[in-house]
Amino acid sequence: MTAEKDFRSEESSNPKKVPKRVAFIKPRTAARVKKEEEEMVMTVPNLVIREIIAFEVMVIVLALISLTFNAPLEWIANPQHTPNPAKAPWYFLGLQELLHYFPPIVAGVILPTLVVIALIVIPYFPINLKQEGLWKEHRKQTLSVLFTVVGIVSIILLWFDVYAMLIPTLIVTALMVVPYFLNKETGIVGWLGSRPLSWWIMTWFIVIVVVLTTIGILFRGPEWSWTWPWNEIY
Amino acid sequence: MKKAFEKLFRTQVWRSIFRHGLPLSNRTRAEAVFYNFFLHVHPTKVRKRSVKFTYTWGLGGLSLGLFIVLVFTGGLLMLYYRPSVAQAYWDMKDLQFVVSNGRFLRNMHRWAAHAMVAIVFLHMMRVFYTGSYRPPKEFNWVIGVFLLVTTILLSYTGYLLPWDQLSFWGISVGTNMVRAVPFGFGDTISYLLLGGTMVGENALVRFYVLHCFIIPVAAVVLMAIHFWRVRKDGGV
Repeated sequence: MTAEKDFRSEESSNPKKVPKRVAFIKPRTAARVKKEEEEMVMTVPNLVIREIIAFEVMVIVLALISLTFNAPLEWIANPQHTPNPAKAPWYFLGLQELLHYFPPIVAGVILPTLVVIALIVIPYFPINLKQEGLWKEHRKQTLSVLFTVVGIVSIILLWFDVYAMLIPTLIVTALMVVPYFLNKETGIVGWLGSRPLSWWIMTWFIVIVVVLTTIGILFRGPEWSWTWPWNEIY
Repeated sequence: MKKAFEKLFRTQVWRSIFRHGLPLSNRTRAEAVFYNFFLHVHPTKVRKRSVKFTYTWGLGGLSLGLFIVLVFTGGLLMLYYRPSVAQAYWDMKDLQFVVSNGRFLRNMHRWAAHAMVAIVFLHMMRVFYTGSYRPPKEFNWVIGVFLLVTTILLSYTGYLLPWDQLSFWGISVGTNMVRAVPFGFGDTISYLLLGGTMVGENALVRFYVLHCFIIPVAAVVLMAIHFWRVRKDGGV
């Protein structure tokens, strides 16, 4: 069933000759083209008042914390006396935890560099601009590719005994494949099914960062051994 | 009282500072934004969606707010702190026990610094999950990643300054990681950072200069570009 076209496409820069034009909106076009009519409000007072309130609340909360909890200050630096364990600041403890499993060049250089590069290039890969759910099309191929990638990563993690990364990876993968086997459009499964691939990768990355950092802060004691936080926090 | 204020707002001195009237009409509200140096980064009107707190959680703004708090408290701390091995630790002790409100000042600086690392990371998460890195904002995302790295470096260089066991060994662990960089670059970079082969007097001065001058200047420049691009791409 092919309907007869009542128009033909024509290229011309002369608006008198071709008065009606069609705009092609490509996926890469700015979001503002799609929504032209957005409800606007005046910056003063709507935005500025919120900024002022947010800043004031933040300063009050900081002041209350500063009155209640003291910043740590230990004994004067002593190069002859190494504390056990010697810990970096909390935001590096994820890296220090990696150092426990991998050789220094992998944990201290290659992995952090790869993370920063991966973050930088996010907006330049079409895969991160897609908004369709992971299982929208090519379902079988997607599943086999996913299992291959997760399989390889799991073998590497098993090889180095990195259960702290292996278990979160397998949990995230399990959540990823739930919508493949349970075809539901609604509820939690439907919501999981509508998540694009980029969402899954970022979520996996954040879960790993949080798990490693938490282990580094709370669960590591002398010689970087496993220590329960209710026994002592180092 | 009200009349006295109205009279004040009409004086020549007041009008020379604030050229617009009270923001009671949409015209004067718009003027309040673009006649004001601090507000002129904002457009006069913003999308209702982007003003909603649960869309942005105010995380970008809070990062800037924390930076302002840190510059303010940091400036005051600089009055009492000397970056030398002989004095640094005892200046911290003085801040704790001698300087009026010194302990509060240091607490505020310390907790705001930790909070900033966390809030900037959360801001990155928010921007990702709302898809705000999409074209045309790709490059602003890249600047944002640099700002995250800058924030971590700022916090890390400040970590050495108290010169207690925590700072000395925290920095030692970090610079030992740098040594793992291959082809001999690791030792070179770590020597450049520390001004020697181990954390000592030179490292303290270097970290002090990095913490109080070089990295903050870089952060301010990156922030200026970041905010300017947010505005040009149709944000707040």
